[in-house]
Amino acid sequence: MREVRAHAGFPIKPVYGPEDTTGVDFERDIGRPGAYPFTRGIHGHMYRERLFTMRQYVGFGTPAETNARFKYLMAHGQDALNVAFDLPTQLGLDSDDPRAAGEVGRVGMAVDTLADMEEAFAGIPLDRVSVSLTINGMAAPITAMYYAVAEKQGVAADRVVTTPQNDILKEFVARGTWIYPVEPSLRLVGDLIEFSARRYPRSNPVSVCGYHIREAGCTTAQEMAYGLAIAAAYVELMLARGMAVDEFAPRISFNFTAWGKIFEEVAKFRAGRRLYARMMRERFGATSPKSWMFRSLIGGGGSAFTAQEPENNIVRGAYIALAAALSGAQTIALPTYDEAYTIPSPKAQLLALRTMQICAEEAGAADTVDPLAGSYYVEALTGEMERQILAELEAVERMGGIVEAIRRGSLQAEVARQAYLYEQKLVSGEVPKVAVNCHVGEGAAGADREVELYALDPRVGEAQVARLGRIRRERDGAAVARALGRLGDAARGTAGLMEPILEAVEAYATLGEVCQAMKDVFGEYKEPVKF
Amino acid sequence: MKILVAKPGLDGHDRGAKVVAQALRDAGVEVVYTGLKRTPEEIVQEAIQEDVDVIGLSILSGAHVPLSRRVLEGLRREGAAEIRVVVGGTIPPRDVEELSRLGVARVFPMGTPLPEIVAAFTTRGRAGDPQEAKTS
Repeated sequence: MREVRAHAGFPIKPVYGPEDTTGVDFERDIGRPGAYPFTRGIHGHMYRERLFTMRQYVGFGTPAETNARFKYLMAHGQDALNVAFDLPTQLGLDSDDPRAAGEVGRVGMAVDTLADMEEAFAGIPLDRVSVSLTINGMAAPITAMYYAVAEKQGVAADRVVTTPQNDILKEFVARGTWIYPVEPSLRLVGDLIEFSARRYPRSNPVSVCGYHIREAGCTTAQEMAYGLAIAAAYVELMLARGMAVDEFAPRISFNFTAWGKIFEEVAKFRAGRRLYARMMRERFGATSPKSWMFRSLIGGGGSAFTAQEPENNIVRGAYIALAAALSGAQTIALPTYDEAYTIPSPKAQLLALRTMQICAEEAGAADTVDPLAGSYYVEALTGEMERQILAELEAVERMGGIVEAIRRGSLQAEVARQAYLYEQKLVSGEVPKVAVNCHVGEGAAGADREVELYALDPRVGEAQVARLGRIRRERDGAAVARALGRLGDAARGTAGLMEPILEAVEAYATLGEVCQAMKDVFGEYKEPVKF
Repeated sequence: MKILVAKPGLDGHDRGAKVVAQALRDAGVEVVYTGLKRTPEEIVQEAIQEDVDVIGLSILSGAHVPLSRRVLEGLRREGAAEIRVVVGGTIPPRDVEELSRLGVARVFPMGTPLPEIVAAFTTRGRAGDPQEAKTS
């Protein structure tokens, strides 16, 4: 008989029965949806009352181009936004910075000043649309710009629903948009959480990401373990600043992936929800049930997609959507089938949106809560995932805790090791991949040429630079200098950074100027290169 | 054979670079890895200092054409044109030819099997050989 293993490494049996769930206590381990420990989902009726939001990751070129794509997707039923920023923006470099050459508007939209954010959201009512901002190192100034745009639109602070990613710890492990050293980076994370919790009560000022660490190569159990450890680090950070856990914890959210084996993914989320609930209640003493809830965006995982026969990725996307829905996602975002080649075409974006809509409306995945509960297999798997996640959490502790493991680079080294192991399994065929290492079709190599490729218009960079130059000339230079001076002073001391950042961006200080004012004080992160 | 695996530009995705670096090291190639966010000029300098035979650029941001051009120009300017440059990452088919025209010795687009990359550095007619300058 063929041997089968979970992505987390443990063997999967050919048959499961009641004997595999003997240790499970229904009330303690599973319970009711919407009730502690939320294994079955964070809401009692889940999708029957509120379907998962569909939130494709979008952004490219100028803010005007991105604004048009937002409106295109909203016209086809997308009900929330998820903004992609270009790399210079993510790293706090202005579009006219020499280091930004060739990268302006390439993998996301370019933002230099508040004027760009005003244009990106022109005609989009920010009191009715929730917006995720995929921004980390520069989360504080970009979110400040977003708050300023909402205010200019006349939206009351308590109507603003935005989710800046603001998870810098995972950037040090994967994705790499770090700027400052670990400590000042964490200070910025904390400032944005605290400022938002006090002023923008419906914002979700941190989205803890296991997603990117998994994309970088770790296992399913590690993805959940590292996410939980990072969440705990942020909770400790806020407690050390003097906030009470129930003041900020209800607005913590998560971003995970769901590619791979459907049932293992479902078990990962069920185990993760109950571990998080227990951690928040028992370890951190949270008393508000909202503080115990693991609210999640479940994204796709472009690493599951292949360059070979790219249309197969449409099918993979449908399974990911199903896994995410069965896992109890609050929000789903899918990668697009052309992602191995290009910035998504409108057609590919629409296909991804349609995939989620078909999953919810036609396939019955949203009809009833946690439909896999009570399956011998899924309950046994949930228990096994819980044990694996706990073992990985212990491994993090042996590395000195999550922050120390990241500072030293030992977590990065472990993720790279897992990525290499996984690659070897792809080469050996131990992990099957259709049209890659099994069922390889003849003539498949030519099919990839049919993908519609996005061509970055070189005029995008020129237009962005020209616009930036105009704003630099027209703004009140003295007000900008004053605000940046105040920001530098705050950075040297211990005061909150959000107020001076807000003042600076409202004076049309550029993102690069705001970033540099803090870099002058904080310095830059030096990556521990290990492999 | 000594190779500098390098991440030019602002792209922070280093899974591929690290996997290839480990595979090459396991195959007996001497490997130096730059870490993230190096400028083309820094990469040229490091390649010269480390006295490598090949620079392997890993680029997933889409900026492979301008970044590769700057590395190749830098090598020529420094009189180090004998150092070959290969490129891997999210390289769409139309850009493979463009990179070859610029002087990139070999391109490994997405989907290239790992053993094929390793073989290019460990068998005869390896990456530095001009008649091997083709797509894979």
